[in-house]
This record gives sequence, C-alpha cells and structure tokens, in this order.
Amino acid sequence: METVVKGMASGGVGGFPPASDIDTGVIPIRASGRGMLQVAVDETRRSALVNAPVKARVEALSFHYGPTRALDDLNLEIREKQVTALIGPSGCGKSTFLRCFNRMHDLTAGARYEGRIMLLPEQMNLIGADIDPIEVRMRIGMVFQKPNPFPKSVYENVAYGLRIRGVRSQLRLREEVERALRGAALWDEVKDRLAGSALSLSGGQQQRLCIARALATSPEILLFDEPTSALDPIATARIEELIAALREQVTVLIVTHNMQQAARVSDYTAFMYLGRLIEFDETSTIFTNPARKATEDYITGRYG
Amino acid sequence: MSTEGLGHHISSRYNEDLERLRSSVLEMGGMVERQLTQAIRGITEPDASMIVEVAQEELRINQLERSIDEDCSRILATRAPTASDLRLIITILKTITDLERIGDEGEKVAAIAARLGMRERPTNRYRELRNLGEVVSEMLHDTLDAFARLDTELALAVVRRDRVVDEEYEAIHRQSITFMMEDPRSIRRALDVMWVVRSLERIGDHAKNVCEYLIYLVHGKDVRHTRIEEIEKELHASKG
Repeated sequence: METVVKGMASGGVGGFPPASDIDTGVIPIRASGRGMLQVAVDETRRSALVNAPVKARVEALSFHYGPTRALDDLNLEIREKQVTALIGPSGCGKSTFLRCFNRMHDLTAGARYEGRIMLLPEQMNLIGADIDPIEVRMRIGMVFQKPNPFPKSVYENVAYGLRIRGVRSQLRLREEVERALRGAALWDEVKDRLAGSALSLSGGQQQRLCIARALATSPEILLFDEPTSALDPIATARIEELIAALREQVTVLIVTHNMQQAARVSDYTAFMYLGRLIEFDETSTIFTNPARKATEDYITGRYG
Repeated sequence: MSTEGLGHHISSRYNEDLERLRSSVLEMGGMVERQLTQAIRGITEPDASMIVEVAQEELRINQLERSIDEDCSRILATRAPTASDLRLIITILKTITDLERIGDEGEKVAAIAARLGMRERPTNRYRELRNLGEVVSEMLHDTLDAFARLDTELALAVVRRDRVVDEEYEAIHRQSITFMMEDPRSIRRALDVMWVVRSLERIGDHAKNVCEYLIYLVHGKDVRHTRIEEIEKELHASKG
C-alpha cells in the first residue's frame, strides 16, 4: 500500500509544496450573486505549521524482532516544537516506532534496525551503531504508560538525570529541579514536600513528576507512550494541557489509543497499520477529511 | 464517501442512529417539498383549504427540525464523530436550517397566493410565477434526490440552475415595474407578485446552499462563495 504523506512532494521546503503552490489565501467569492470580490483568508496558523523546521527525519526505517518485521519502510518528518501523534490499532507498530527514537530495543534479543532516524540540525542518526544510547536518551526523553517514579524523594527523582550528567552544584540542581517541576505544572503542588516520597503522590502527579524528570535534562524530543491510559479524566486533562504547553520548548511525539486525545493535542497525526505508515498529515485534515479509506475506517470506528 | 459507506461501524447502534437521522432529513425535505408544491399550485388554482394545510405542514416541519437538531447534539456529545461522520452531522445541522427556511418562504407564497386568488387575475394567469415556481420546485426535488443518493453531479446541476432563477427574478422584476408605470391600479398586484418572486428566488438560494453542503459532505471541500467554474474544476481535479 502506498503511503499518503501530504506535503512530501518534491521541491518544497521541509516537505511542503513550494511557496508558489501554496494557496495565497485569496479566493474569489460571489457577493450576493451579482459580482466578484476578493477576500483574504487568515492563513496564519497554517503558515506557522508550514514554517516549523524539521527536527527528525525518518528515512526508510524498518525494524525486526527476530524474523518478525514490525516496522516496514517508514518515511516521515517530525517538525520542531510541534506535537505529532501516532495512532493505529493495537499491534500496528506505533509503540515500536516510538521506542526506536530512544533506542529502547537495543537490549531485545534479535532486534534489528534498518534505515535511519536523523536528528536535525546536526544529522545525527539516532539508531546508528556508533551512537551511544545513553547520549540519545539524554536528548530524547520518554514518559511511559504507567507512572514509574523512582522510590526516592520528589526532588531526587528530578535531580537524578542531572546528577548523572555530572551536575554537582546544589544551587544549580535546585534551580533546574524547580524549572523542570514548573515546566511539568507540578511545582505548586509539591514545592512544600520535595523531600517526601514520590510514591506518595497521586497517579496524575506521579505522571507529571515523570514528565519533570524527563524535562530536567532539557531533551530536544519528548516521547509519550500512552501517557494517560492509567489516569482519570481530570488528570488526563491536566496532562493534555501540559503537552500543549510543552510545545513551547520541546518537540513531542505521542502514541495514543484515544483518538480524541490525538485530535485535541497534536498538530500532526500519523496513522499506522500493520507496521506501515498509511497516512501522515495535519491533524485537522486527518480528523475531518482523511485521504485514505483505511484511515477513515479507523478513526470513524468502522471495520474495513 | 458513498451511501453504503454510512453503515459498517463496529457499533450497530451508531449505524442505526446515523441512518435514522438521514431518513429524518429526507422526510423533512419531503414535507417541505409537498408544502411548496401546494403553495405554488395555489397561485393559479385558488383553494380555500390550501393555506390551512400549508400552515399545519409548517408546524410539523418545525417540530422535525427541532428533533433532528436534538439528535445531532446527542450524537456529537456521545460519539464524537470524525471524518465523514462529522461531515454528515455538520451537513445535516446546516441543511435542516435551510429546509426550515424554505418552509417559511413556502408559507409566505401560500399566504400571498390566497390573497391573489381573491382578486381578478391578469390575462396570463400568472404564467411567469408558475414557471419560476416549477423551476424552483424542481431544484428542491433534485436537491433532495442528490442528498438521498449523495450525488454531487446532480448537486452541481442544481447550483448551476440557481443562475436561471436569478435571471428570471430580474426579468419579472423589470416586467412588474413596467406594469406599475403603465397602470397604477396594478401596483398592489404587482407588489404581491414581487413578494412571491422574491420568496421563490430565496428558495432557490436555500436549495443551492444545501447542494453546497452536500459537496462538502462527499468531497470534504467547502465550496460556498465560490464560482461554479471553480467548483467544477476543483471537483474534477480531486477525482482525477
């Protein structure tokens, strides 16, 4: 099946059509049926999307678990400081794909990568054999389905990654921990109990603590693997708010089974099926007028 | 999308909900069409009971509009429809507004027809009104047909025909002015004729609106306020 990746046409900046092909925003309309007039359409939001530089470029990525091919020739571009959602039925490979970004498969016996995931601008191949996975994980943070704080204090959870990085100054650590906790919208709730155990926090708070822990090392990309599937609707709404705010500072990739969540939080959506990328486009297009029938069937809850 | 595509949800209750909604819209369209036909017939064949029947139909149309509105809100709240399902709900919400307004205009035509019927009729027995009425009725009929079959070619044909209505409207307008200048005693009648023509022209516009929503439903393209040539170009480009 051929993938529909809107805007991957040749010649365009960052995969979008050349500027001359983009709708200028001026369309003729008929005024009360008796003549022509020109109106300018607000295209600001669109141009913001078009102008976002590429943060990671996935090129011909395939992945095998032993003899099983889990990902088959994926090609797409992840845009900087935008939220990209990966959706698709169970077993479609979306989590496998997400985990490639920070080398989570390295220890799986028989796992084999093909192709490249280039981190831009320096063109570092994240899955290259010569690249240290620890280095990759410093730059690409991850938040899992179930909150998994360390059995340590709130403060130590966030400071942990910084200490590994060799930060020794207490002042610097305190500043960075506060910054990360504020970034994860958790500071006000935990500032008086930083020494308390992380495990005494609520599930939603624990998940935000995990986000703070990931943010502490100032990653360039944050990966979310079903971050709210273990949370109640209110904690879910908080995390979604947070993801929207994180866009200011970091590129986000999120796997979710909740399609409405993908529709709410993401700028771009990739639909995957049986290890392949079926369609990739702006989220608003995917959820109102997808190009492929398989996408349509999945998001509208039809069987194909 | 096609009519068969409406089913096949994993949830059969969702299928039923959408199907019921679609048939309610067609039922409402049928009522509006019947009412309009009666009103137009009233212009040339005075009928005392006509105005009462039209008014009763109008009440039923309004009730149906409200119940369809409610169903749409419920589906939006409970199913969070996406893609073609979302476009269907939006199309229906907009379509019933236009249908209801066609009903309002039909009622106006009926009221004036009843008044015209009580006065002496001109020698041509309002032939121009009847002609325009037939064109507009046919537009409405084809619109509902296009809706039932999701036939965008037919919808485009209706959009095209709206120009004929606009031209006819202008012609009758000029003619009425001539009558009024020639014989001031005809002013009252000429004004009534103008009101009817105005309503018929509005009905044509509403039918055209519904056809434009339909193109959005099927192709996902918003073609409102676009010239017909451009609509055609875009639709054919998307097919090719």
